[in-house]
Amino acid sequence: MDDAQSLVSDAASRIFRDLGDPQTINNAVDDSWRAPLWSALEEAGLTTAWVADELGGAGAGIGAGFAVLRVAGEFAAPLPLAETLLAGWLLGMADIVLPGGAMSVAPTRRGDTLTLGADGKLSGTARAVSFAAEVGHLAVLAQGGGGAVVALVEVVDCHCRDGRNIAGEVQNVVDFSGVTPVQWAALPDGIDVGTLLLMGAAARSMQMAGALQTVLEIAVRYAEERVAFGKPIGKFQAVQHNLARLGEEAAAAIAIANSTAYTIEHMDGWDGNGVFLDVASAKIRVGEAAGQGGAIGHQAFGAIGFTQEHILHRFVQRLWAWRDDFDSEAVWAVELGRRVAAKGGEGLWHSLTAA
Amino acid sequence: MSVAIEFDPIRLPPEAEALRVEVRAFLKEEMAAGTFDPQAGRKGNDDFSRKVGAKGWIGITWPKKYGGQERSFLERYVINEEFLFARAPTRKHFTADRQSGPVLLKYASEEIKQDILPRITRGEVSFCIGMSEPDSGSDLFAAKTKAERTDDGWLINGRKLWTSLAHESDYMIGLFRTSAPTQENRRHGLSQFLVDLKTPGISTRPVLHPTGNHEFNEVIFDDVLLPHDNLLGEADMAWKQATSELAYERSGSERFLETSQVLFELVDFIGENPDVREAEGLGRLVAQLHTLRRMSISVAGMLHAGKEPVLEASVVKDLGTVWEQALPSVARDLSAFVDRDPGNRMRFEEILAHNITIAPKLTIQGGTTEVLRGIVARGLGLR
Repeated sequence: MDDAQSLVSDAASRIFRDLGDPQTINNAVDDSWRAPLWSALEEAGLTTAWVADELGGAGAGIGAGFAVLRVAGEFAAPLPLAETLLAGWLLGMADIVLPGGAMSVAPTRRGDTLTLGADGKLSGTARAVSFAAEVGHLAVLAQGGGGAVVALVEVVDCHCRDGRNIAGEVQNVVDFSGVTPVQWAALPDGIDVGTLLLMGAAARSMQMAGALQTVLEIAVRYAEERVAFGKPIGKFQAVQHNLARLGEEAAAAIAIANSTAYTIEHMDGWDGNGVFLDVASAKIRVGEAAGQGGAIGHQAFGAIGFTQEHILHRFVQRLWAWRDDFDSEAVWAVELGRRVAAKGGEGLWHSLTAA
Repeated sequence: MSVAIEFDPIRLPPEAEALRVEVRAFLKEEMAAGTFDPQAGRKGNDDFSRKVGAKGWIGITWPKKYGGQERSFLERYVINEEFLFARAPTRKHFTADRQSGPVLLKYASEEIKQDILPRITRGEVSFCIGMSEPDSGSDLFAAKTKAERTDDGWLINGRKLWTSLAHESDYMIGLFRTSAPTQENRRHGLSQFLVDLKTPGISTRPVLHPTGNHEFNEVIFDDVLLPHDNLLGEADMAWKQATSELAYERSGSERFLETSQVLFELVDFIGENPDVREAEGLGRLVAQLHTLRRMSISVAGMLHAGKEPVLEASVVKDLGTVWEQALPSVARDLSAFVDRDPGNRMRFEEILAHNITIAPKLTIQGGTTEVLRGIVARGLGLR
């Protein structure tokens, strides 16, 4: 992280500590915490880090945006922060000025195709659009007559089917049939649905890495404090080795998520194989770490962690929900595996070492 | 403060990538010339090691006055991983280059350094590591083989066991007991020595792997007299000295590429049109390998920056060896429905069989899984 990224990261941590503490949110009887937290994030420019100043964003840069996402993961932030960042990034690609407020993006799954017809209306359905029914606008990547376009859409114009992810967050199937976008513009050559999935998967990987870091931290702290059989449970070798594995899974997740963010920040374009290898690896490996790490976290806390009142579920359930967003490990693995097979064994080595 | 273990994104610099091109060309030439056969395993090959030495690729990071090139640790990284991928016969110089040379550089007398280091860089001498004993494996500090200081030198008595490649090595860096452990520090009392394996009183006996392969040995010391000068560093303080070695020993590509031939062969065996199951399996393996390599290069970057990333290296070794150990079994499953050329299958299954049988050693050598997880737990503040 460079100095600018550290600054942004510190600012995000401060806001979440003050206004988005996971235990406070967990105890809350209503969502009165939501508005002040979102306003603070907006005022600090953290929700628009990936959008240039002239388009109404904070212009903080790719690396800074990823730093914010890691912090959001560390606090299991139950807000459309990643979604708003991604939507802004996508709109910015087509030079569309931000409408303001919270947003989300579509599509988020391979195989969901949205189309912009000659009549200026959208068609098609997108699955698993996070927070769709709770935000004002959606940035939609659609196929237009002349290639890929970004359409800015008002949520009130769409049909959102009720749905939630396993963390209980709103996630909708959105039907865009007949919707006229507020505005639309063509994307540069080479930017398509695949690009959106890459950026979305990289974002989710970073959030998961942050959440795993917190699961590790609270599990280690608990193991130092909780006494059983006459000593802190962290003194038992079996517990130590479980937590060491959690530490290693978190380390792997953080390493590959950071590496991917670094690649995206420094690359020349989205068409290289390097960025695909990094993003696919991150989504697969971090997803695997989320699976194992969440389970080890629960094991360390025992029954205490398996209650509504404890914050552990806020992290583990999001880890397990985020695994599915912008395609799961299995889907990315099939795609990566096919590319690997097409190039052969030596080609694989050359891809790994060229990345 | 966060307890998370961080691996900063490090990319290999242009000079390392330029070297990669040279290394690949060299390996191609040597394979074509028949200097080595990649299918023969990583056997010792004097001729090959001398050629690598002539290229300046052994001890490449060492000072020029000892035969080194004063190039970066990241360049060494590239040489190492390309040799591993090509299954080049580096056995003769591998240990000396990775670990014994750096120990001598740090702790040996000037005379020893001038004598031995240039010969290592020329690929002429090989080293083994004398640590384990019958009653001292993972618990290194239980070592009993004694070194007694006499007027004529250090008198060594005892035996080392499971010593890899002692039978084809010229020297050993041995860990011997010079005094008893103290009440406060059970790690106290061990010292590192340079041992010329031709010294009278040393005998080696093969201890075969279950495959019949001869790698391990028992090395017996019967009144072996070593010059005073052969004590490396401070007497009784090996526990401190050995620590810095571990970061080098545990983070390199050899900690996840040992069975990787299986993966590269599997890709070719499956062919260009994998079914969904095969594609998913390959994708996951590649994602895991790519992540390990990123982490390993990150540790190389820390070493390059002069840090001692023992904790990070332990993470790489645990994740890496568990991965490479599982790889042959995963590949066995993934290859189950590939049924094309029976000749190909036979070749693939031979490679598989070899790697399945060697897999158990991977999480033992150079620090067991259990020891590594203990180190990680300590890093998390639990011990």
